[in-house]
Amino acid sequence: MSVASPPRNPLQEFRGNLRAAPRRFLESAFRTGKPATDRTRSTFVFGNVFLHLHSVRTHLWSLRWRTTWGLGIASAAAFFITLITGVLLMFYYKPYPEVAYDSIKDIHFVVPAGRFIRNIHRWAANGMVVTVILHMARVFYTAAYRKPREFNWLIGLALLATTLGLSFTGYLLPWDQLAYWAITIGANIAQSPREVTDALGITEWFDPGGFQRLLLLGSDEVGAEALIRFYLLHVMILPLVLTALLAVHIWRVRKDGGLARPADADQRLGPPGEDVYPVFTQAPTRTYHLAAIVRGRTPAVGRGPENTVPSMPHLFYAELAVLMLTVFLCLALSLIWDAPLKELANPSVPENPAKAPWYFLGLQEMVSFSAFMGGIGIPAIVLLGLGLIPFLDREESGSGDWFGGPGGWPLVRRSIVWGLAAAAGIEAFAIQFGWLRQWFPHIPQLIITAINPGTVLTVAYGLYSLWLVKRYGSARAGALGLFTCFLCGFTVLTIIGTYFRGPNWEFYWSPSQWPSH
Amino acid sequence: MTTQAKAARSRLDPEPIPRRDWLGLSSLWAALSAFLFATLGMIRLPKAAVLASPSKKFRIHLPENLQPGQAFVPPGRSVAVFRDESGVWAISTVCTHLGCIVKPTAEGFECPCHGSRFAADGSVTKGPAPRPLPWLKVNVSGNTLIVDAGAVAPAGSKVSA
Repeated sequence: MSVASPPRNPLQEFRGNLRAAPRRFLESAFRTGKPATDRTRSTFVFGNVFLHLHSVRTHLWSLRWRTTWGLGIASAAAFFITLITGVLLMFYYKPYPEVAYDSIKDIHFVVPAGRFIRNIHRWAANGMVVTVILHMARVFYTAAYRKPREFNWLIGLALLATTLGLSFTGYLLPWDQLAYWAITIGANIAQSPREVTDALGITEWFDPGGFQRLLLLGSDEVGAEALIRFYLLHVMILPLVLTALLAVHIWRVRKDGGLARPADADQRLGPPGEDVYPVFTQAPTRTYHLAAIVRGRTPAVGRGPENTVPSMPHLFYAELAVLMLTVFLCLALSLIWDAPLKELANPSVPENPAKAPWYFLGLQEMVSFSAFMGGIGIPAIVLLGLGLIPFLDREESGSGDWFGGPGGWPLVRRSIVWGLAAAAGIEAFAIQFGWLRQWFPHIPQLIITAINPGTVLTVAYGLYSLWLVKRYGSARAGALGLFTCFLCGFTVLTIIGTYFRGPNWEFYWSPSQWPSH
Repeated sequence: MTTQAKAARSRLDPEPIPRRDWLGLSSLWAALSAFLFATLGMIRLPKAAVLASPSKKFRIHLPENLQPGQAFVPPGRSVAVFRDESGVWAISTVCTHLGCIVKPTAEGFECPCHGSRFAADGSVTKGPAPRPLPWLKVNVSGNTLIVDAGAVAPAGSKVSA
């Protein structure tokens, strides 16, 4: 034999491989080892498809609680909670009118922990709506939508719309009275362009409203077809859309240079303290500066060293804390309050009052003046206005600071007063004196569609913000005023719709005054 | 010779329209149009040729003691039927605002959802409803009525037996 290899025992080798298999499996799955040095902390992040949505290092400004209050991560956390509990509920839920209600009752009374899981699902969904709106307010008031973050603001708006869509489609699934009549109203809001086309007499040839309603319901009434469509939207289409948008949203935060911060953030923070562990334990063996120089628009070009710390552990531990807090809140609320379930849907007897979920009650209040303007016209104007903000405000001063920009907090305070007063005033007027139809019974519908409390309020807010633009010579001032007014109007209308509307959508100071029958 | 003779194209000159580009682009466009065509076909999917909704035409018997001005609502139907000396008529009880079911009252109809009020002939007296409640087509044979909730009749058209 010419081969001079040492004698080998194949069986022994096999045994050795077998013994090493678990260790080698772990090595192949986690290629970079423990994140113990700056270098392995970096590879821990960019070697992982999920974590690399975040940047490898995070600025200390982004890690302060008062920069974000953790709202964006909280809404993402709430989404993951609904995802998990939603999949659990799908094991028992049956999307057919005859059995849907019974299956919810089964989940409530028969399935182990079913009631708890349904409660968590509902509270996480509500929490998500709240945190998404608050997150949007945070981004707006710190002017974090400005260049280069314009497009991410638009993705955020799409996420807001998808979140509301998910909540609304989930509302039908229990097939109780609440669900049935909320969806009937919702589907008819989709049909409400007919208010205009009917008044113009062109519905026969051009009927976008009827088409939208048909698309939503698959029939001309709320029945099995509508339920399966809402179910499909709720468990498949909208979650996929939201997941994709969410990934892009988070990834673009990184691509746009992290969270917005003031230009002098580093001076304000000072040098990193001794307790920031660790700043540099090992010189980087590889740098990516060349890539940054090649693409001159990269936000890091031309900047000196910054107050950054490795995302692992600083950012991820903070995010984990927010996630745990969100889970804790959802669990606690679910132990205290049950998700509601009314009687089985009855197509001949509406709930009285029939109320939408709370975040749509502001819309319902406006819809009670004009279906088209309240349900489609004004929401479209609001979305358009929100989308235009980053393209109209091209200023730079005050980015990254709360209420940054000309006027600042005093301007926002005045806008709050104006926003609350205008909304409460127009509502009080309409409740006390009625509106055009009572005064002129034969008035054409188009005039009511154009002039109703909702549109008057929108115009009042718009004029106020234009006045602010002129007075401060700044688009940011106008945007601050308009956004604040929008939040105030939303709040006032939602509170009136929630607490002060009773049977026949009449105004009552308290539910104890509701008529008894 | 006034014009300069064009030099013959050399074997090494590039082709005027590179063949590869042309083939590549045309296959790209073919794929794109096939994709669009398939999408057009799928867009039709949500609207079935026959809608899954029950027939809107139904037969009812009016109670013998139905007084003029009193509404008779057949169970499970969104219709109010009336009778007086000049004939019978039916008015839809689906609110023209957002589709809630209105309740017949002494004065006319009232909607529980957003407070629309209608007079006894279906016309709007208050609230956000954009149109009057429609009158429906009725056929009478003896004491039996056939109401077609899918066919609108002109307001005020009472039918006598």
